[in-house]
Amino acid sequence: MCLAIPGQIVELVADQTHQALVEVSGVRRRVDMGLLVDDPPAVGDWVLIHVGFAMSRIGAEQADEQMRMLRALGEAEAAMTEVRGYGLDDVTPEDAA
Amino acid sequence: MKFVDEFRDSALITRAADEIRRLADPGRQYRIMEVCGGHTHAIYRFGLKDLLPDSIELIHGPGCPVCVLPMGRIDDGLSAARDPKVIFTAFGDMMRVPGAAGSPLEHKARGADVRIVYSPADALKLARANPDRHVMFFAIGFETTAPSTALTLMRARAEGIQNFSVFCNHVTIIPGIRAILDSPDMRIDGFLGPGHVSTVIGCRPYEWIAQNERKPIVVSGFEPLDLLQSTVMLLRQLKEGRSVVENQYDRVVPWEGNIAALRAMAEVFELRPFFEWRGLGFISQSALRLRDEYAAYDAERIFQVPGVRVTDPKAAQCGEVLKGVLKPAQCKLFGKECTPERPVGALMVSSEGSCAAYHTYEFRKTLVPLSARRIPA
Repeated sequence: MCLAIPGQIVELVADQTHQALVEVSGVRRRVDMGLLVDDPPAVGDWVLIHVGFAMSRIGAEQADEQMRMLRALGEAEAAMTEVRGYGLDDVTPEDAA
Repeated sequence: MKFVDEFRDSALITRAADEIRRLADPGRQYRIMEVCGGHTHAIYRFGLKDLLPDSIELIHGPGCPVCVLPMGRIDDGLSAARDPKVIFTAFGDMMRVPGAAGSPLEHKARGADVRIVYSPADALKLARANPDRHVMFFAIGFETTAPSTALTLMRARAEGIQNFSVFCNHVTIIPGIRAILDSPDMRIDGFLGPGHVSTVIGCRPYEWIAQNERKPIVVSGFEPLDLLQSTVMLLRQLKEGRSVVENQYDRVVPWEGNIAALRAMAEVFELRPFFEWRGLGFISQSALRLRDEYAAYDAERIFQVPGVRVTDPKAAQCGEVLKGVLKPAQCKLFGKECTPERPVGALMVSSEGSCAAYHTYEFRKTLVPLSARRIPA
C-alpha cells in the first residue's frame, strides 16, 4: 500500500476517461490517471503508482531505480501481487501471468 | 560494506559515509528522525547504521499508517462486517492486523465477507457488481493513498452509487511530526523527510519545522546513497547553524507536490478535530473525515460504530518504541511473545514497522554470522 510501483503507459483507454493501460514488469493493468489531470501523461511515459492510481510522472531511470529498490527491499513480489490484483475479477488468467 | 554493494555508486556511498564522519562533531550526539516507514525498512535492510559514526542515532518516526492505527478502529470497522449484507474490503496490509476482537482475516474465518482489494477503485467496482450488497472500504494511509480514496468517492457520487461507503482512517503526516516535536521526552536534531508522501504534499508543508522549530529537514530518496547524502545535507545545516527545507529527492518530488491530488483531498475530506494515533495518543487536526457533502458515503454515519477503545497489552511498549524512547529490542515482548509471525503490537505487523524491520535484519544478525549475510555481487 505504501509502495510506489513504477509502470509505463502502453495505451490510453479511449472509452473511459482517466484510464490507461500500464505495464509493470511485463504485467499489464488498467491504472487510473485521474490524479495527473493537470498535466496528462502520454503513451510511453513512466509513472509511479499507488493503490491503482498514478501519482506522479517520473523518468525511465527513476522507474528503473524504484523497481531495483523494491527488489532490494524484498518487496517486489508484494508489488507484483498488488499490480496483478488491480481490476479484480475481470482479469483473465493470461493477463495475470 | 554489505548490502549496499549491490547498488551502483558504491564509491559515492563510501565518499558520503566519509563526509558524514568528517562533518559529525564527535563530542556531540545527533538524533535524526526518519519520518517514513519505507526509510526505516531501507535503513535496516542496507545496514546503513553500520556506516554511521556512533555519534549519530537514527530515530524511527511515525510514518507507518498500519502501525499508528489504534486497535479500536479495526474493531469499529469490522463491527459493520457482521451485517451479512456488508462486504468489508481493505488492502492486504490490513488483513493480519489484530483488533481486540480479531483481525479482518479472523473475521473472514468466522464467516464475515471480508475481501482484499488493491485499490479503492476496485472496492467501488465491487459495489457496482453487487447492487444488492453494501461494500465498505476500510481506508488507511497517509497522503500517498488519501487522494485515491478521494477520487474514488468523487466518482461514486458522480455515478449516484448508493451501496458504497468508506470507513476513513486517513491521517496526515505533518501533525504527527508536530506531536513528536511537542513531546517533552523527545529531542530531535533534524528530520529525513518522507519521499513518496512528498510527491503529493510537496516540500512547503515542512517549512514551519525549519522556520519555527529551527530543525533542518531534508526530503530523501530511498537508496542507500540517497539516505547518506540526505544525512550529509542535514549535518551541513547543523554545522552551519542553518535550518531550511531541502529536497534531496527532487528527481521524483516536485517542490509544489501534486496539486490535482491535493484538490481531490480538499473536495472530499475535512480535518477531524482530533484523532488517536497508536503510541502517540490523541493529536489534534491530524486525520481526515468525509465532508457533509459525502455523508451518504461515510461508513461512520451509515453504521452504528461502537467507538471501541483498546489499550495495548500492558507488557507491549509500542508507544515508547514509536516515539524513539526505546529501541525495538528493549521492549519486553520483542522476539518472544511478539514476532513478525505472531505480532502482538502493530509495529511488528507491517514490514515498515520498526520492530518488524529490526527483527528481520538486526535481530537475526546476531544469529547468523556476517559472512553468511553477504549477498554475492
